[in-house]
Amino acid sequence: MHVPDGFFNAPVSVAAGAVAAGAIAVSLRGARRELDERTAPLAGLVAAFVFAVQMLTFPVGAGTSGHLMGGALAAILVGPYTAVLVLTVVLGIQALLFADGGLSALGINITLLGVVAVLVAWAVFRGLLWTLPDNRRSVTTASFAAAFVSVPVAAAVFTGLYALGGTTEVPIGTVLAAMVGVHTAIGIGEGVITALTVGAVLAVRPDLVHGARGLVRPLRLRTADGSLVPAEPAAGPEPAVARPTRPLWLAGLAATVLAAGLISAYASEKPDGLESVAEEHGIAEAEEKHRFADSPLGDYGVRDIDNESLSVGLAGLIGAGVTLAAGTGAFLALRRRNGTDTAGGSTGDRARQEAARP
Amino acid sequence: MTPGRLHRLHRPGSTPVHALPAHTKLVAVFGFVVVVVSTPREAVWAFGLYALLLAGVAALARVPAGFLLRRMAIEIPFVTFALLLPFLATGERVEILGMSLSEPGLWGAWNILAKATLGVAASVLLAATTEIRDLLLGLQRLRLPPLLVQIASFMIRYVDVVAGELHRMRIARESRGFQARGPRAWKALAHTAGALFIRSYERGERVHLAMLSRGYSGTMPVLDRVTANRTQWARAVALPAAALPFCLLGWAL
Repeated sequence: MHVPDGFFNAPVSVAAGAVAAGAIAVSLRGARRELDERTAPLAGLVAAFVFAVQMLTFPVGAGTSGHLMGGALAAILVGPYTAVLVLTVVLGIQALLFADGGLSALGINITLLGVVAVLVAWAVFRGLLWTLPDNRRSVTTASFAAAFVSVPVAAAVFTGLYALGGTTEVPIGTVLAAMVGVHTAIGIGEGVITALTVGAVLAVRPDLVHGARGLVRPLRLRTADGSLVPAEPAAGPEPAVARPTRPLWLAGLAATVLAAGLISAYASEKPDGLESVAEEHGIAEAEEKHRFADSPLGDYGVRDIDNESLSVGLAGLIGAGVTLAAGTGAFLALRRRNGTDTAGGSTGDRARQEAARP
Repeated sequence: MTPGRLHRLHRPGSTPVHALPAHTKLVAVFGFVVVVVSTPREAVWAFGLYALLLAGVAALARVPAGFLLRRMAIEIPFVTFALLLPFLATGERVEILGMSLSEPGLWGAWNILAKATLGVAASVLLAATTEIRDLLLGLQRLRLPPLLVQIASFMIRYVDVVAGELHRMRIARESRGFQARGPRAWKALAHTAGALFIRSYERGERVHLAMLSRGYSGTMPVLDRVTANRTQWARAVALPAAALPFCLLGWAL
């Protein structure tokens, strides 16, 4: 699953590295808000958990088995910022010690499995929780959907990156259909297992599930005469200084448009190869047919033979657009949550804050 | 993975390669990988020379070839993908053994195979000659955010513990007659994962409290500051420096 060296060209690797570095920088700040000074030991143990749970194999049947990727699970259990850090550490250790994933492709691996998967999962999860009623079943349903969606989206972004900076010319439409098709199937497994795992944690320690914090009933104290009074909420962390988001969003939009422009320029370099492309697509189709014949998307790449350059650009644009939309959605969801957090915890003395900590 | 595998990645030794400070080796390996990746794939001879360079490092570090090759088996999934490329890719077709293969696809497969193999070999050599703790200190020395290094060091410290718990849970499941066959077993396995998460998280809380009681304030004290002198830097950088001319020649030719 991890991308090795030599898969992507240098500019895309560097760009993905920059994206990953930015996401890590943001997450380092955010994780302190999620876990305060407990970040290092707790995130370290969660990283060990993710590392271990990737070794837990789930039989699919017919002798094959898969394993969890864990991005969505980590986001729901410990929050998106910590999840990005955890996945970064896991991927980095895998690349450095186990040679699993290339060092030059580390940025791409972190961007795909650590950032895109986590953000998409978190955005879907928060979005669904917002619409669904507040109960445990909604959390597991949203967990399934979040993990399920995150896998094919990461695969689509991978294909988009490959269209931008892959080292080999492949019919992107076919690859997109194949990647999304296969990863939709993988995503079902990831979704079911994530939902079951979140459900298992919810049943025992609902307070540990970061994504289900809204479900925790407010603390009520029984007074001497036996009546219940609501305890005052403990003071939250210091409110973060609000920063303007518009420049960030505009920069993202500019990057998207730039990327799309690059794709079209890249695609239009080879308008003369169309005839041979069409011929070879017959061959490619024959190769692919037995594997993806039953996939509903299996025909898209083949149908668009005649305008492959268009489908390349389209694939990239869709990938970039989805990423941008998901990122914006995740950001808005985060801002909403942070807003409510800081509003609830503006008062309270230091002693109670200390006492409230487990 | 059985518990304790993390420690078998390292082969203790007292060779010149082992003796180099970790951060110089990290810079060297990263530089080498960058040089390899940016070499044009048509320069087939250059990759042979890179492999010779790595073989030289392995010989200097007394890492046996069998160990290196066994550890390199990790790249087998990409090899299968790379072997598919000649069938999938577009471009001119060539006839080899009666199969119609794409020429750019063949080059692409070679590109991935050569560069991924060299990258994996370099990483394996680094892990084999450097202690994990030194590697983390080296990363900190290279100005990686301290929080990230702390998370990584906690992960390294506890991954064998957590994996051991998973191992014991598997034994407990199997001693009760559980056999994982098909998706029906998912629920039991997911409950295992959930229990593992709770145990890991609670252990993290206990570790944190234990650290607080020993005066932890959010940062870890750096006890031994590793420094590298000019000779050590020169020795470490010799690897990418030796590789660079081949890369430049590959572009020039």
